[in-house]
This record gives sequence, C-alpha cells and structure tokens, in this order.
Amino acid sequence: MEIDPFIFRLSIFILSIFIGYYVVWSVTPSLHTPLMSVTNAISSVIIVGAIIAALAGSSESVFNISSIFGFIAIVLAAINIFGGFLVTQRMLQMYKKKKDKKK
Amino acid sequence: MISANLSAIFYLVSGILFILALRGLSSPDTSRQGNYFGIVGMIIAIVVTFLSIGNFSTSLIFVIMFLVIGGAIGAFIAFKIPMTAMPELVAGFHSLVGLAAVFVAIAAFLNPEAFNLGAVGAIKLASLIEMSIGAAVGAITFSGSIIAFLKLRGMMSGSPITFSGQHFLNLTLGIGIFVLIFYLCKTQSANIFWLVVIISFLVGVLLIIPIGGADMPVVISMLNSYSGWAAAGIGFTLENTALIITGALVGSSGAILSYIMCKAMNRSFFSVILGGFGADSSAGEKKEKKDQKPVKSGNAEDAAFLMKNASSVIIVPGYGMAVAQAQHALREMVDKLKKNDIKVTYAIHPVAGRMPGHMNVLLAEANVPYDEVFELEDINNDFANSDVAFVIGANDVTNPIAKTDPKSPIFGMPVLDVEKCKSVLFVKRSLSPGYAGIDNELFYRDNTLMLFADAKKMTEDIVKNLD
Repeated sequence: MEIDPFIFRLSIFILSIFIGYYVVWSVTPSLHTPLMSVTNAISSVIIVGAIIAALAGSSESVFNISSIFGFIAIVLAAINIFGGFLVTQRMLQMYKKKKDKKK
Repeated sequence: MISANLSAIFYLVSGILFILALRGLSSPDTSRQGNYFGIVGMIIAIVVTFLSIGNFSTSLIFVIMFLVIGGAIGAFIAFKIPMTAMPELVAGFHSLVGLAAVFVAIAAFLNPEAFNLGAVGAIKLASLIEMSIGAAVGAITFSGSIIAFLKLRGMMSGSPITFSGQHFLNLTLGIGIFVLIFYLCKTQSANIFWLVVIISFLVGVLLIIPIGGADMPVVISMLNSYSGWAAAGIGFTLENTALIITGALVGSSGAILSYIMCKAMNRSFFSVILGGFGADSSAGEKKEKKDQKPVKSGNAEDAAFLMKNASSVIIVPGYGMAVAQAQHALREMVDKLKKNDIKVTYAIHPVAGRMPGHMNVLLAEANVPYDEVFELEDINNDFANSDVAFVIGANDVTNPIAKTDPKSPIFGMPVLDVEKCKSVLFVKRSLSPGYAGIDNELFYRDNTLMLFADAKKMTEDIVKNLD
C-alpha cells in the first residue's frame, strides 16, 4: 500500500516545529521584537495561495468572486511582507556595538 | 511554466531560507544577514508561484498592481512607525496574516479547481478539513489581533471585559466550530462554511477581551503563534512546503515567546487566557494613599551627586521611560557618567516593555550599544556589587515583595534585585502602585531615594547637574 502524500507533508510540518523550537530558543532575548516582526513577514508567504486564487480568472473575466478574495489577500499579505521585512531591517540597523575599547 | 516537482524544490529552498532568517537572530551581528535570507526566500516563493501557474494574461498585471499597492502601504508604515508603537504594529500585522489566511481559504472553497482540490460541492475531504481549520484559526487571529491592537493603541480600555458564563460560551462556540466542520464535510454546504468563519471571528473577539493590559506581551506572542498555525493550515490545503515550514516555524516561535513571557510574569498560560488581570494599563497615578510610611525624596542635584561619586551604576528602564520619551536624555546622562569613568550597564526585565524584547529596541534606538544591555539572569548578581541603581519608569519588576510575600499577586515572579545596591534612585511621578496594583516595598527602604518627577524632565535635570 502506498503512503498518502499527506503523511509526508505532516512529517515536514512536525520536523519544522522541532527546527523552529531549537532555532527560536537560540534567538537572543534582546532580538525578540525583531523576531516577531520577521516571523510576521515570513508567514505572509501565504501570498502564494492568494496569487494562485487571483490568477485563476480568465483573460475575459479577471475578477470573479473567488479571484477577488485572492486579490484582496495579495494586498494584505504584501503590506505584511514589505512592512515586516523593512521594519525588521530598520530595527536591526539600530543594534550597534560599543565603538570604543571593550571592557 | 515549470514542473510541479521543480517548484516544490524551490518552495523547500525558500523554507530553508526562512529557517536561516530566524537563525540569524541568534546574535545582532548575523541578524541583518538573516533578514536578507528571509527576503530572498520570499522572492523565490513569489516568483516560483508565477512561473508554476504560467498564466501571463491580464490577471498577472492586476496581481502585480495589487502587490505594489500593498507593498507601498507596508513600506510607508515601516518607515513611519515610531519604535514605541511596535506592539500595535505587530498586532496589526498579525491581523492581516489572519485575514489573508481566511480569504485564501474562501477563495479555495469557492474555486477549488484552481487549487487542484476537486470541484465545487465535491472538494476532497482532507482539503476541506484543512481549509476550514485554516480559515477558523485565521479568523480567530484576525479578530483577536484587532482587539489587541485597539487595547494597545488605547482606543479600547485595557481593563479586562468579563461577564458570567464567558468561558462556557467560548467553550460552546469552540466545540460548535468542530461540529460545523464535521457537517461541512458531510454536506459541502457553503452556508456552513460561512458560519464557521463568522463564529471564528466571534471567538477571536471573545478570547482577547477578558485579557488585561498587563498581559499584552503574552497576548501578542500568542497571536503570533496563531498566525503561524493559520498559515500552516493553508499550507496543507495548497500542498505547499514553503507555507507548511513557515507556519510551523512561526507557530512554535510564538508559542515559545508566550512561554517566556508567562514565565517572566510568573503567570500560567492558562490563567492569562482566562483573563481578568492587570486592571488599567494607562491610568498612572490615580489614588495616592494618605497613610504613607516615610519616604526619602530628593532632587536632581542629590541624584547627580550620588552618581558622580559612584563607581558603578546600573540603569533599570521600564515602559514608563519610553512613554516619557526619556531614552535619549538617559543616554546623554550615561555618556556623562562614562566620561567620569563610571561603569554603567542596563538591566532589562523580560517584561520591561509591551512586547518581548521591546525595551532592547527602544534602547538601541537611543544609540545604546547592545553589549551594555543585560538580561535579568545575566545581571542580577551584579546589583550587590554596584553603588547606584537608577530605576526609571519601572516598578513591579523591582518589587522585592515578589521574593518574600507568598500572598502577593506577583509572588514568585523573577525580579531585579535592585534593593541590594548601596543606593537606589527611583524616578517616578508618584507613589502609585504599578500594573499589578500593589505597593512597592522598595519605596520605603532606607537606601532608596525617590525622585518625584517626569522621567524625561528629571533625567535632563540630572544631566545639567552632572557638569
């Protein structure tokens, strides 16, 4: 009997939770705010689904009830992607080391 | 047009780049590079999606147009937002992820052919379950984040809203969602799908309204986690590896942050969810008790004198400092002290801001080098060997009662051992209690000197007196 592809996806999912667990514990507490903004940005990879939905319309009817939801979702996710990465970048630029001699 | 196998490999690559993006945050040195990995991962995911669909009709022009509109709004917000408003911003962003998840699920439900999930009225069972879970979690994330946003923004009172039967209602609605999903699978009825979405929106509101202002760091982290699970749910529906990996990463990241925040407040996750703690967030000095024990109070001159004659000073900043916008004045004060060869460090409690790591960002913005800033467990032993602790805008996180009085609501919460310093300078506008609503024993200690003033004004006055 063949294994359902769902099981493979579930395996990826569960292994990723473990990766997430170890990676996030190694994040320094002083960068927890950038961590939140960057996770925000990457979770907007959901835009992939929005693009599929939006491109499902034909040339004659770009907008149908399903693709409209896709288009709105594109705008929402794009706000998040650009806003998330840029605000993270802005914060990370501020973290500087002491210039003069070390203690 | 590229094959499904090739695009799956590219999605895996972008998932790995996202892991590296989080990995980069283990130190400020590598963090910027990590952020670029994240951006590259996102570009790969988007480009591969375009290529795999291979539809270059007019739709594509509209897609790019909407992408640019959203991007412009996002970029504008990212550059304009003040760092003190980061918690609201993040809550707002979470709501967008949630809503996007709901919309993608709706689009998939209405047009399953486009996603290769079957036909209307005959959607594959597994896909139907995945998309309704994605939609439900997304909807809860959306409405919950909106409430969190309003509370943080002060557009809604931070005090918990509770009514009798609340938990029972939440439980009923939660079970209701599962029952409806079950019937949805049996009937494929669009009405039931809409009902699931609507009830989930309602649950999001009901979940967050009973949680008080003081617990907001937990709430934000929790919603962070939800937004990840919502993305993962949609990832299963779309059979998209990038989305599944990312959802899992974000979900566990948010869960860990919630755990850290709960621990820092010595609150169990469960009691935060049940709510009713931390009455009002913004109302500062309401009731001043008249039957006060004696307090020593001083002025800027006394404070400057004490610090000038110290050899080491530890600064304990709290959210009050950020509200008063005193961080730049504080940096100036520290610069002056350092010129006099006084060792200055900063001690940060995990819940010093309104979200995890918030205070570190605020100090970084004021050009405080990050290697002078220490977390609670790294610096707590240094208080005993230091001359002056300068507490500015913090309160409950310094209260020694958390170590001594088992009856106190904050008993067991890790606190900064400020009282072990030779002398403590406490900048505060009055003797009012903090969020937890309890008196700070530290105010009445012999080695405490209270500086009653606005944090910014007091710091500026001290700077003048240091010359």
